[in-house]
Amino acid sequence: MWRNIWYLGLKEFRSLWRDTIMLVLIVFAFSLAIYTAATAMPETLNKAPIAIVDEDRSPLSMRIADAFYPPSFLPPRLISAVEMDERMDAGLDTFALHIPSGFQRDVLAGRSPTIQLNVDATRMSQAFVGSGYIQAIVQGEIEAFLAADREVNTPPVELVWRARFNPELQASWFGAVTELINNITMLAIVLTGAALLREREHGTVEHLLVMPVTPFEIMASKVWSMTVVVLVAATFSLTIVVQGLLAIPIEGSVMLFLAGALLHLFATTSLGIFLATIARSMPQFGLLILMVLLPLQILSGGMTPAESLPDWIHLLMQAAPTLHFVAMAQAVLFRGAGFEMVWPQFAALAAIGGILFMLSLARFRRMLADLG
Amino acid sequence: MADTAPVARLRGVGLRYGETVALDGIDLDIPAGQMVGLIGPDGVGKSSLLALVAGARMIQSGSIEVLGGDIGRARFRGRVSPRIAYMPQGLGRNLYPTLSVFENVDFFGGLFGHAPVERRRRITELLEATGLAPFADRPVGKLSGGMKQKLGLCCALIHSPDLLILDEPTTGVDPLSRRQFWRLIERIRAQHDGMSVLVATAYIEEAERFDCLVAMDAGRVLATGSPEALLEQTGRETLESAFISLLPAGERHEHRPVDHSAHPDTKTAPVAIEARGLTKHFGTFTAVEDVSFSIPRGEIFGFVGSNGCGKTTTMKMLTGLLPASDGEARLFGHRLDPHDLATRHRVGYMTQGFSLYGELTVRQNLELHARLFGLARAAVGERVKAVASRFGLDRVMDALPNELPLGDRQRLSLAVALVHEPEILILDEPTSGVDPIARDAFWRTLIELARDEQVTIFISTHFMNEAERCDRLSLMHAGRVLVTGTPEEVVASRGAADLEAAFIDYLEAAAETDESAMPGTGEESAELAGGRPSTRRAAFSARRLAAYAHREGRELTRDPIRLTLAALGTLLLMLVLGYGMNMDVDDLTFAVLDRDSTTVSRDYVAGLSGSRYFIEHPPVSDYAELDRRMRSGELGLVIEIPPGFARDLARGSPVEVGAWVDGAMPTRAETLVGYAQGMHQHWLAMRAREAVGEAALVGPASIEPRFRYNPDVKSLPAMVPAMIPLLLMLIPAILSALSVVREKELGSIVNFYVTPVTRLEFLLGKQLPYVVLAMGNYLLLVALAVIVFGVPITGSFLALSLAALLYVFASTALGLLISTFVKSQLAAIFGTAILTMIPSTQYSGLIDPVTALEGLGAVIGQVFPATHFVTIARGTFSKALGFEDLAGSFLPLLLAGPVMIAIATLLLRKQER
Repeated sequence: MWRNIWYLGLKEFRSLWRDTIMLVLIVFAFSLAIYTAATAMPETLNKAPIAIVDEDRSPLSMRIADAFYPPSFLPPRLISAVEMDERMDAGLDTFALHIPSGFQRDVLAGRSPTIQLNVDATRMSQAFVGSGYIQAIVQGEIEAFLAADREVNTPPVELVWRARFNPELQASWFGAVTELINNITMLAIVLTGAALLREREHGTVEHLLVMPVTPFEIMASKVWSMTVVVLVAATFSLTIVVQGLLAIPIEGSVMLFLAGALLHLFATTSLGIFLATIARSMPQFGLLILMVLLPLQILSGGMTPAESLPDWIHLLMQAAPTLHFVAMAQAVLFRGAGFEMVWPQFAALAAIGGILFMLSLARFRRMLADLG
Repeated sequence: MADTAPVARLRGVGLRYGETVALDGIDLDIPAGQMVGLIGPDGVGKSSLLALVAGARMIQSGSIEVLGGDIGRARFRGRVSPRIAYMPQGLGRNLYPTLSVFENVDFFGGLFGHAPVERRRRITELLEATGLAPFADRPVGKLSGGMKQKLGLCCALIHSPDLLILDEPTTGVDPLSRRQFWRLIERIRAQHDGMSVLVATAYIEEAERFDCLVAMDAGRVLATGSPEALLEQTGRETLESAFISLLPAGERHEHRPVDHSAHPDTKTAPVAIEARGLTKHFGTFTAVEDVSFSIPRGEIFGFVGSNGCGKTTTMKMLTGLLPASDGEARLFGHRLDPHDLATRHRVGYMTQGFSLYGELTVRQNLELHARLFGLARAAVGERVKAVASRFGLDRVMDALPNELPLGDRQRLSLAVALVHEPEILILDEPTSGVDPIARDAFWRTLIELARDEQVTIFISTHFMNEAERCDRLSLMHAGRVLVTGTPEEVVASRGAADLEAAFIDYLEAAAETDESAMPGTGEESAELAGGRPSTRRAAFSARRLAAYAHREGRELTRDPIRLTLAALGTLLLMLVLGYGMNMDVDDLTFAVLDRDSTTVSRDYVAGLSGSRYFIEHPPVSDYAELDRRMRSGELGLVIEIPPGFARDLARGSPVEVGAWVDGAMPTRAETLVGYAQGMHQHWLAMRAREAVGEAALVGPASIEPRFRYNPDVKSLPAMVPAMIPLLLMLIPAILSALSVVREKELGSIVNFYVTPVTRLEFLLGKQLPYVVLAMGNYLLLVALAVIVFGVPITGSFLALSLAALLYVFASTALGLLISTFVKSQLAAIFGTAILTMIPSTQYSGLIDPVTALEGLGAVIGQVFPATHFVTIARGTFSKALGFEDLAGSFLPLLLAGPVMIAIATLLLRKQER
């Protein structure tokens, strides 16, 4: 039995080697895609469009206007109060700062005037963080303007930030590793599914069945061979692209991560077989992938914290291998967690993998019976 | 023959696919009003020639005149297409398998612009005449091969053409159905005076009934003339041998007639294969019923019958591939157990077609099979070498199977089936699609195996001359064996002239007793539809458009995966994205490392623990614990209060509170910092107020943020309206792109090539169902937004809906535009996904405003329809806007769809290249 699984697995490598499109996909997913995900990850505030209604036209108000510049902001546009509403409605500006007339005079007189900051709160990505930035910048400018006149007290208690694991909160670290995690899942499903569908479309599955080969052997050979392919590619990507090229420090043990990835691949390659038994052709498989992969990736904590999901979705996602894999990968790669911390994820992945493998094998057997 | 002008005149016609020459300078006149047959094996250019004459394929060189005009000119093609009918190769290749018989014919009627009443009359007549009437509601995918071909003929005849072009209409069809098919053609020709029929066939024996033959080989015409003239010219008795003698000497020299005279004495030989009452049910359908026979060792036993009559199923039960529902199969006197892998070592099986690994070389294929059959490692190399030299594969060991000629591939299949030296060889239609010379060579090998090595061969075929070479044979029909015996016995039992006649006799007898399994012959049925419908070819016909729209809609509702995606895909993705892309961060975990433990320090922390964003975990006692708990992901934030916090605070000396944050997920960390900072400021303010009173707080100026449109700065109200444009772009575009590319890949696109339907009608017809579907999706999405996500529409719903209609028209048009330059469905799915997702997420103002874009991105952002729909969706959902406020965004939406349809129409080809 092991001999057959071995030889059939070797055959998968040869078949994959001839499949140019899949090879390109593997190389792309583990090199360029990771690289772009890291470098293209925008800083939180990038080129935010801001407009200023300056009714004061004083040195102070101009000083404030000059404080906004790229890359965080677009150069501010000076507009009238009427234009402000129109432009906000049309979605042209995210922020509009309304400086009332007599502002400088009132500041100097200590009357504490008010500047209105209009924020288009439908632009979530900029609204919240940006308004904080703007308030700080404006306050800073006013204080600097007054610095000659008045002494400004520092507050008695200061909150000092120490970010662990990613001291400068660089988004690119997160982007690269998340992309790697996602691509491992994606390729495991696509490669295994395609390997089965290729045999199905060419009628070679049928041919295998007249030989002394069992469905279990056929499926196991695809699972192990594609697991090896993805694991090798992921190791390459993690060491050469992530640690080398992008110089992102990996906190924890790469071996531990790969061990977890192995369990995850067991589950996802089985899932690939499962989907390929449902689809009758590659196009149908493509559509299925769209509907299955996106939820798996988006809702598993890779993009946004899993604990912020509604409870029922979070509960549902417990059945998805990606949720545990992402938790394990983040703990090990970012926070340097050891096995004693991530063993629950390992256990969950092994259990889900086992169940998925059995389910897929049952479906695969049924599919083969229907073929005949 | 010479007194009328030819129906088609070819001059110097050449065609190449890349490097391969398919047709090489053909000069040919096809006489009108006759039945003209193109004969020759597969791959000699017959199909290419027919496609060129039908106008389905673009002429590369030379000229072709059909029905008195130049078929290379689009204008003439448009005018003449109602007079030509073309039935491409492959059983039902231009039919739609999920549609019923009636719906298929109805679709073709619509393409020729018949009014509904007339269409119905014609369909009824045609179905009656072909005996398909009782099966009008059956999906085409469930018809037998013969019935599919009759249906193909119905679809071709719906518009009473003057020229009927049939490409291998009877390949894979049983002899009786074949005869019925030709009778049908004869009757039609008798009724339609002057109809010309141009047929390609690989059954050379069939060609005797034709008025005129064109023998082809390797892209050239070998000879033309009536069957009698060809026989006379070559001095042969049968057309097949005449054809072989016409071949160039180089190809002919390998050919020797097959000698199958030496019948072994099998009476005393032990029984190798035995079937006793074998039966197989698939659900309610009985594929094989009570089949019994026994085959002695060393015999060649033939299995003859039509496609789908149960031959393959029986063979699979004998290999152990399929368990029998009833009865038993015995090999060498032992009952066959499908779970016993050992019997597979004794059996070699060659499936229909060439199911070898195209990605492995010849050597690798042989080695893989040898290993899987458990040959010892050392023996593999030797065995592979031996088999390869026996089948003449030594020269091509490192080639890929797909690069080899069909004959070589077939030998490779046989070599693979024999690599483990089986005692029984089961061959399922091993010679279909192979030329006569290669077939004869193949048979010589088989006879050698049986006579010299006592291999028992069980072979199925639909060639009568192959059936004659078997020692004994069985005729199978509708799951049952009708007769078994030596070829001579079978012929004698019916007193027939030859095997074919005997079989037809048997089949007819069977059909009488079993009406349901076999369509009536239709001999006595009504007159066929006559007269050409009085339709003028309009530049634009709503009826043809409707025919496509109708068909597309029906097909979609019968494809579970596409339908699920179309109906529920957007909903599913909206839920996923709505919750998954949620930027609200809550349920953050934090703990305290309190080294002060005073009322003041506890008061400080109370601000955090009381917050709805934070969940407090048990306090941390030291750095080691902090480290461990943060690594495990349990804690997102730890507040460290230094010793002497309360004391220092009271003295007014500066104090630093430490905040440790998990930076693994930077966006979450930043939000954490923001929240905690706010809490910290608030606490300070409270203290200051208690200590000094209001005045202390007043700064030099204050800034008052107004979060407009979404006062709570919640993620859902911001994201949901912007998700609708994204989803209404992605899925409708993929589906509409697929709708065209599917037809390209499956071959039914040929209906668009050869019927009068125009490019615009075709595209709009394809688009219409998806626009309707997308609007349904739009309503679902809005309902989801309002009801589930609780995001109300504050502006004009009418404006939003109108914009949605324009927008989905544009997104489906974009899909069609993409479909004009993609070839495979997979490329259509992923290409469309990328081409729509990138601009709709990056350049449409979904995340960054379009005003912040630069360079190409800015241009795309201005032009891409999603940009404008995002503005409208946000305006109507969150900003309480209506038509007037958003007029500027409507104009680009209004233009986008028609412009893209226009470009797609220009790019779409109405011929295959």
